[in-house]
Amino acid sequence: MTQLIKDGALAENDWTRVGAEDSIPASGNIIVSLAAWQEQKVSLRNHDGQVAVCLEPGEEPEQIADDLADLPMIAIHFPAFADGRGYSYARELRTRYNYKGEIRAIGDVLQDQLFYLWRCGFNAFDIRADRDATAALKGLTDFTVTYQGDARDPRPVYQRT
Amino acid sequence: MYVYQDYDQRLLDERVAQFRDQTQRYLAGELREEEFRPLRLQNGLYVQRYAPMLRIAVPYGMLSSPQLRMLAHVCREWDKGYCHVSTRQNIQFNWPAVEDVPDILAALASVQMHGIQTSGNCIRNTTTDEFAGVNPKEIEDPRPWCELIRQWSTFNPEFAYLPRKFKIAVNAVPDEDPALIGVHDIGVQIVKNTAGETGFQVWVGGGLGRTPMTGELIGEYVPWQDLLAYLEAVLRVYNKYGIRDNKYKARVKIIVKAMGAEKFRSLTEREFADLQGGPMTLTTAEVERMRACFPTPAYDAIADMPAALQEALASNKAFSRWYHTNTRSHKQSGYRAVTLSLKKTGRAPGDITDEELDTVAELSDRYSFGEIRNTHQQNMVLGDVRQDQLFEVWQALDAMGLATPNFKLLTDIVACPGGDFCSLANAKSIPIAEAIQRRFDDLDYLHDIGELDINISGCMNACGHHHIGHIGILGVDKKGREFYQVTLGGRGDKISRIGDKMGPSFDTDEVADVIEKVVNLYVEQRLDGELFIDTYERIGMQPFKERVYDSAN
Ligand code: SF4
Repeated sequence: MTQLIKDGALAENDWTRVGAEDSIPASGNIIVSLAAWQEQKVSLRNHDGQVAVCLEPGEEPEQIADDLADLPMIAIHFPAFADGRGYSYARELRTRYNYKGEIRAIGDVLQDQLFYLWRCGFNAFDIRADRDATAALKGLTDFTVTYQGDARDPRPVYQRT
Repeated sequence: MYVYQDYDQRLLDERVAQFRDQTQRYLAGELREEEFRPLRLQNGLYVQRYAPMLRIAVPYGMLSSPQLRMLAHVCREWDKGYCHVSTRQNIQFNWPAVEDVPDILAALASVQMHGIQTSGNCIRNTTTDEFAGVNPKEIEDPRPWCELIRQWSTFNPEFAYLPRKFKIAVNAVPDEDPALIGVHDIGVQIVKNTAGETGFQVWVGGGLGRTPMTGELIGEYVPWQDLLAYLEAVLRVYNKYGIRDNKYKARVKIIVKAMGAEKFRSLTEREFADLQGGPMTLTTAEVERMRACFPTPAYDAIADMPAALQEALASNKAFSRWYHTNTRSHKQSGYRAVTLSLKKTGRAPGDITDEELDTVAELSDRYSFGEIRNTHQQNMVLGDVRQDQLFEVWQALDAMGLATPNFKLLTDIVACPGGDFCSLANAKSIPIAEAIQRRFDDLDYLHDIGELDINISGCMNACGHHHIGHIGILGVDKKGREFYQVTLGGRGDKISRIGDKMGPSFDTDEVADVIEKVVNLYVEQRLDGELFIDTYERIGMQPFKERVYDSAN
C-alpha cells in the first residue's frame, strides 16, 4: 500500500531516502541530505538514477538556489508537523526561484495539514507510515475557496472573477 | 460592519464541517491528542482547569445585535448562562463540552461568527481602538484596514504553524495608543504623508508575557498599497527565523531584540522586495469596497448638548456622574459613545449574562444602529447614542447593573480569568479584583482619585495586561501559595510602557491594603490636576516603596 499522494492522487513511490550516515546506493532514484549534496555534488550528477535534495528545518532554499535546474525534486522534511518553516521554504521555491519540479513533504505529514501545504506549493506528500493515505486524500479538498493568493494562484479572492 | 460575501460564508461553513470531522476523528481515537491540539486551538478550543474554554473571535471588537443574541443563546444552550469579554476584545465561554463544540460553531457561523485562529501559534484576531469610527481624534477609520488584515491572515496557509502566537493591532489616533500597538507583535500606526495619502508605520516585536517589551519601528513608512505585502514579509522572516525549541523565547520580540532592529529590517526588506508590486498590492477598488462596509451611520442632524440632556444633567446627580465618566465625545455632533461597565463590584470583570446580552442587543437596536463593541478593558460600548436619549439609555443600563460610573477609574479593573478558570494560573485574579473594589466603595473618593488603571494577571502570560497597568498585579506561586507581585508606572493609555516592579510579593489578604497605601501616598503627593501616573512619573518608585514596605506605616 503506497503512502504517497502526488498531484492529488495516490502514486507509487520510486524514491529512496538516503540518510546522512548512509552511503549512496549504486543506482535508483535517491533523496539525499543537503550536506551530502553539497559535498558530493559532482559525483551525484553522474548517479545512475535521479537525485533529489532534502531540506531540514533551518536549511533554506537559498542554499540550493544555483542547483535547482539539476534537481527534479526537492523534499522538505517535517520532523514535527507543527514546525512550519517548510511552508515558507516551499513558497519561496515556487515564487522566488520559480521552481517547477516536484516539492515533496516528508516526515510527520498528516491529512489535516495537506490543504495548506498544497497551497504553499507542495505537490507530493509522503503520508506518515501509520496513517491511511487514501483517507488523507480528503485533506486536499477541505476548502473550495481561499482568501489570499498562494503558490497555486497568486491572486487574492477579490481579484479572481 | 463588514458584510459577508458568499465566499466568506462558504469558507466559514466549510471550516465548521472540517472541524466537525476532526473532532469526530479525535473522539474515535483516530487523531492523537497532540495532533488534535493545534487543530482545536485554531478553532478557539482550550482544555482548561475545570472544563474546556471556547474563545470566539470578535474582529476588532465589533458586534451586531443578532450576533449578541446568538452569544446569549449559546450561553443558555451550552454554557452556564454567561460569557466573558477578553482583553483582546474576544468572547470566551467557560463551560462548553468538547463534543458540543461543532454544534456551537455551526450556530455561531449562522451569524458570521467563529473561533478561527483565536488560539494556537498563528495570527490572532486583529484589534483596534474600541471607539474606531467615532473617535474625533482618529485620522481615519482603522476598521477597513483591520478587515483587510483579517482576510489576509485568516487561513493564511504559510503562517498556521508559527513558532508562537502572533498578534496585530492597528491604531489611527496620533500621539495616543488606544489599541496598545506598542505591546503587540506587530503594531500598525496609520499615518498621512505630506500629500495627505494614507500610509503605515509598522512596529514589530512588542509584547507582554514573560519578557515584556515595546516594539521597534521596522517599517518607517509603508504606502497603503503595500500594507499586506509588508506584513507578509515580516511574518515570513518570523516563520523562518523565530525560535522554536524554547516556547519562552518563541515570540517575535525575542528575535527582534537578539538580532537587532537593523538586521530584522534588512531581512524584512529582502522579503518585501519580492512581494512589492505583486498580486498582493492593494487596489483602490478593494480599499474602497472595505471602506464602504463601514459607512457613516444615518445620523440625525442635531446639535450638541440638547435641552433634554441639559435638564437631565442638572436634575440627576447619578446620571450626571455617569455621563461625565462613562460617555465620551464623538465625531458627530449631538452624539456620544457610551461605555457599559462590566465592572460592578461582585461581577467578575468582563463577565456578562445571557439576559444582559439580550438587553444590550435590544438597546443597540433602539439607540445605536444595532452595533456593539467589545473593549480591551473588558467593557462594552454603544458607539452612537443620541445625546437626548442618553438618559433613557442610562436608566436601562442602570437597571441591569451596567451603569457603574467607573470607566477608567480604579474599580474599572482589568483581570484575566485566573485561577478560578485557567489551568495555567499561579493565583486567582477575580477575588483580588473584588477585594480592591470593596475597599474603594466610596464613589466620591473614587472620582476624586481619578483615572487609574489596575490590571491583574494570574500568571506570567499576562492576559490581564498587568505590565501596562498604572498598578499591575501578577499572581505568583510562592512555595505552593498564591502571592502577588505589584508593579507601578505601566501605561497602556497614551503610550505603552512596562511597569516597574515594586519589591517582594504579597499574600492574598495583603493586596487591598497595599493598593490603599499606594493610593493614599498618591493623594497626599499629587499636585493640582495630576493623575496617579503623572505623580508616579514625577516622584518615582522610592516613596511608594517606603510607604508599602515600611512596617511603621
Ligand atoms: S494570565 Fe495566566 S492565569 Fe490569567 S488567563 Fe492568562 S494564562 Fe490564565
